[in-house]
Amino acid sequence: MKRREGLSKLSGREPYVDDLPLDDFLWGATVRSPAPRGRIRDIRLPDGFDWSEFVIVDHRDIPGVNCVFLMEEDQPALAPGYVRHVHEPVLLLAHPSRAEVRRAASAIAVEVDSEPAILDFRLSPEPEQIQYADDNVIKRLEISKGDVERALADAPIIVEGVYETGEQEHVYLENQGMIASMEDDVLVIRGSMQCPYYVVKALGPLLGRGEDDLRVIQTATGGGFGGKEEYPSTIAAHAALLALKAGHPVKLVYDRNEDMAATTKRHPSRVRHRTGVAEDGRLLAQEIEFTLDAGAYVTLSPVVLSRGIIHAAGPYACDHVHILGRAMFTNRVPFGAFRGFGNPQGCFAIERHMDVIAHRLGMDPVQLRRVNLLRDGQTTATGQVVRDGTDRVAVMSRALGLSRYREKREAHAEYNGGHPYLRRGIGLATFYHGAGFTGAGEVYLDSRVHVAGLPDGRIEVRTASTEMGQGMITIFTQLAVDRLGLAARDVIVAAPDTHRVPDSGPTVASRTAMIVGRLVERACDDLRLRAGLLATARGDVVKTAIIAWHREHAGEELIGEGRYEQPPGIAWDEESYRGDAYGTFAWAAHIAEVEVDLRTYGVRVLDYVAVQEVGAVLNETLARGQIQGGVAQGVGWALFEEVVSRDGAMENTQLTNYIIPTSGDLPPIRVDFLENPYPYGARGAKGIGELPLNGPPPAVVNAVVDAVGDACAEEPTAIPLTPERLMRLLDAGAAARESTSAGAS
Amino acid sequence: MSGLVEGRLEIHFTLNGEEIAVEIDLAERLLDLLRYRLGLPGTKEGCAEGECGACTVLLDGTPVDSCLVPALQVRGRQVDTIETVDPSRLGPFLETGATQCGACTPGVVMTGVWVRDHPELLERHTIRELMAGNLCRCTGYDGIVEGVEAAVKDAEARRESEARRPPSGRE
Amino acid sequence: MKALLPSSLDEALELLAAHPEAIPLAGGTDLLVHWPQQHDAHEHTYLDLSGVAELVAHRWTDEALVLGAMTTYWDVIQDERTPARFPMLIEAGSQVGSIQIQARGTWAGNIVNASPAADGVPVLMAYDAMLVLRDIDGEEEIPLADFYLDYKVMRRRPGQLITEIRIPRRAFEWQRFEKVGPRAAQAITKIGLAMAKRADAASDSSTVTDSSAGDEGVWRIVANSVAPTVRRCRAVEALLEAKTPVSGPGDLLPAIREDVSPIDDIRSTAEYRETVMARLLYYDLRGVCPFFS
Repeated sequence: MKRREGLSKLSGREPYVDDLPLDDFLWGATVRSPAPRGRIRDIRLPDGFDWSEFVIVDHRDIPGVNCVFLMEEDQPALAPGYVRHVHEPVLLLAHPSRAEVRRAASAIAVEVDSEPAILDFRLSPEPEQIQYADDNVIKRLEISKGDVERALADAPIIVEGVYETGEQEHVYLENQGMIASMEDDVLVIRGSMQCPYYVVKALGPLLGRGEDDLRVIQTATGGGFGGKEEYPSTIAAHAALLALKAGHPVKLVYDRNEDMAATTKRHPSRVRHRTGVAEDGRLLAQEIEFTLDAGAYVTLSPVVLSRGIIHAAGPYACDHVHILGRAMFTNRVPFGAFRGFGNPQGCFAIERHMDVIAHRLGMDPVQLRRVNLLRDGQTTATGQVVRDGTDRVAVMSRALGLSRYREKREAHAEYNGGHPYLRRGIGLATFYHGAGFTGAGEVYLDSRVHVAGLPDGRIEVRTASTEMGQGMITIFTQLAVDRLGLAARDVIVAAPDTHRVPDSGPTVASRTAMIVGRLVERACDDLRLRAGLLATARGDVVKTAIIAWHREHAGEELIGEGRYEQPPGIAWDEESYRGDAYGTFAWAAHIAEVEVDLRTYGVRVLDYVAVQEVGAVLNETLARGQIQGGVAQGVGWALFEEVVSRDGAMENTQLTNYIIPTSGDLPPIRVDFLENPYPYGARGAKGIGELPLNGPPPAVVNAVVDAVGDACAEEPTAIPLTPERLMRLLDAGAAARESTSAGAS
Repeated sequence: MSGLVEGRLEIHFTLNGEEIAVEIDLAERLLDLLRYRLGLPGTKEGCAEGECGACTVLLDGTPVDSCLVPALQVRGRQVDTIETVDPSRLGPFLETGATQCGACTPGVVMTGVWVRDHPELLERHTIRELMAGNLCRCTGYDGIVEGVEAAVKDAEARRESEARRPPSGRE
Repeated sequence: MKALLPSSLDEALELLAAHPEAIPLAGGTDLLVHWPQQHDAHEHTYLDLSGVAELVAHRWTDEALVLGAMTTYWDVIQDERTPARFPMLIEAGSQVGSIQIQARGTWAGNIVNASPAADGVPVLMAYDAMLVLRDIDGEEEIPLADFYLDYKVMRRRPGQLITEIRIPRRAFEWQRFEKVGPRAAQAITKIGLAMAKRADAASDSSTVTDSSAGDEGVWRIVANSVAPTVRRCRAVEALLEAKTPVSGPGDLLPAIREDVSPIDDIRSTAEYRETVMARLLYYDLRGVCPFFS
């Protein structure tokens, strides 16, 4: 099936929040903290403005609790006299003119008496920098399997490494935005978001409103990638406070500069590996320290940390594993959800580390992975027995074959020997991603889906899952069409509107097709039963029965419901972090071929092969698009995307200076799927969305090492691997060789 | 000789094939004029600095970033926006997965349609080069590049079939 | 904001004479970046050149390619005569930005915006381009290589407009344009070079007056993003003219340090710019300079 809303998007008719017609409204703007930490001394409204024309809101205008509810109740909607990071919202303005409100917002001076800030999560805080608990540790988690200390002591070879990843900006092409308006005593929020019910939960206590007098509607959303998971709640809160005070609708739409400066990014990380290895390459013990920079508020950091450490040991069998995870408070703009959610950080570390181990052993990186990849019946770091019938070595072999890995390595050796300054290399990463919420998380979410039979015989799929480009509308349509034998034109997918759809959980964690999609199927089944049909009824029979039901029950609603039920045999212990972390994992092997220009230290990706097992592929075009888009984001993060910071905030807040790949920077991304249907996912699907972002950074950097590693003083261990960073490694390598040869002569 | 103009100015230009007159603020960007005053929100703002191409329109037939065009400069010129593109010819972009979230898409389509309608460009330029001014964060560009290729082929097939068809109303 | 809207060159010059503070507005690709946020930009007066038809066309004479003040990158790229005669104009024009930028951005605008990172300027300078500046009192010709005095300081008097850029048609033995940006397309240059070696002057049939005294040499090396202005690298050129033996990138550093003074900024580092400039020069020139080993 083709993307259902595709033509609407291609023809420019799809209405995003800033496109909606709106009468008699005000434009909103946000005044923010200039300092990373301190008490607000004064907020000065400068001359040159008629301030009576403005609606001005500060924390005293909040009718309820001054907090954007998420995991912990620590983040104020508007700073109550004290700020913890640059760009923290302090004051809100609204005015009929967009230009005027922006001019005014940038003219207001917020004066802060600064206090000692901590901006580097890798350093131990000084006493005066402690701002969370007694050590700035927001969350600490541990995973233990076997006896690592003893296994390390017994191991013949120990390989250590420290790996770092930088923050990453989402760069969804549609900037964030919300409209708040009062409609018949109901506060209505419309905007760009992934999780309408998160907004409801965040705004309820803030505004003292229940679900009945607070209605959240998702408008067409131009990309999310996690960046519209939690932050939209803050913008919605601001728009709502302004609208309530103004008595007019308020539109609060960020421009790119503000969006990049103020909203969340991927957590920076530092991961330390200490690994005991046998001479044949078997991993005997893995000791891992996994540290994230959380920024100035908790946001989702504990769960990002959780997913990060659960995946941090890689898709390998090892009997003795200890992982210590910590999320650190800093006075930086809070970090948040981003596609992959902690796994990309850990994946870069382990997959880079695997190549470091291979080099130490003088072993082919492919062989090292072949020896260690999980076989059915073996266990992950949390002790989860993997038994899904997927041959993970075969996934890797398919990638090796498609990329012509062996021939390329030989050809590169010849090419590199003959070219004055170009060097080619090829690199591999094998990895995995668990879809859905961790452990019992899906049980707590208790997601629900409705499928309504309409009086004309069509059906309407009502979920809180949002379309943000990933293809939810198309996939849910396909599932309903398949389940009930209807034509696509008889299936409506409702726009997420909290007064019309049940809470199906957030649109995150690669859970939409696999988990919510399964609930769509169950709701279809339930609808059929309620319409008095047998479970085998399909097509016109269903349609006719729905019409007949409505004749008998005029004015009533015919609704089938699907409610989450945990697949059998899943056991997770939140206390010990042992057990089945996820219902299932998707598996992948990615191979990158690169060319390094030794004149400029620039890296160009020449070829990219992505092979994955994601259960059943529901829609080839959409699935391929998910993989290619994820790879592009991963390649960008690996090579180009560097957040330059000052005072804990992003300085390069323009697309001119924060560099994402263009069509000219990427080769065709070659995608292949091995299919192994997952019995508890919709039509056999596993989660797919986040998986592809994990592999590209290590695959690309491993390829760079293959190309020029011998000439580097030490192997690259940090991304983004910008030309400036690679230059330092290579120059240090050249200096080291010079001094060695000088010493020898 | 026209002297100094202050504040506002009435301009005339051809918008999507129709001549219009509109009073503008001298500081107004073409993008804002289209979106907020002429009811054409299909053209998107992505970056406001000519980097992302989401605001691409055709000015006298060539793609430009409308965020970098002062409205005062379109006097007497021809502006075409996404709203004037024939949706029935966008099938090739749909088939290849050229759109996901849709925010970059109107700009992508404007550049893509320009390439489609000027296939001679491909003698000297690759599609990847020509599309490099339209940032996309969803597709990794394969769907877009293949979509433009497909659209070029589709246009070629249409021209051929039209050439084969006997002229109507004769004989 | 105020605007002057001339429809002829004479009118433009008269308006500019009456409002010397007015900022000429050509393709707008620099002036409109972050326009909504640039509140002070809206206090200015702009001289809109888009209505001046005489400034648009470029033309070929026996001696030169003559660009108008409103000639865009795309105009030059699309001209079938350009690739054979001035290949670096094609390369620089194609890499200056996207099609959307190429279609609007002008060569003259690139010159007077005076960014040290301007991509159009190094190739014009390497081709010994002359600028024709006009005001109501008359016309003046200045070699582009002598146009910049300091960061954003130019030899353009109030009231003057660049009306033409004359690029002499000469034979080149070798030429190469290098742009190093943070990605392949759509990028601001971290270090760029336009390098050209004229064919033996005796066999050069063109009789265009040389741009300035002391420029009889065959080498032109021009760098951008490594100094407050786009910079002609005369020390490197002298080294090449003298056929000084060079055995590695490091041998070029003393001359490079005489010519340029790169800095650390949000996009790169001084160290990177200097190192890469030396390496590009070394590896690119090695193939054409027998005295490079």
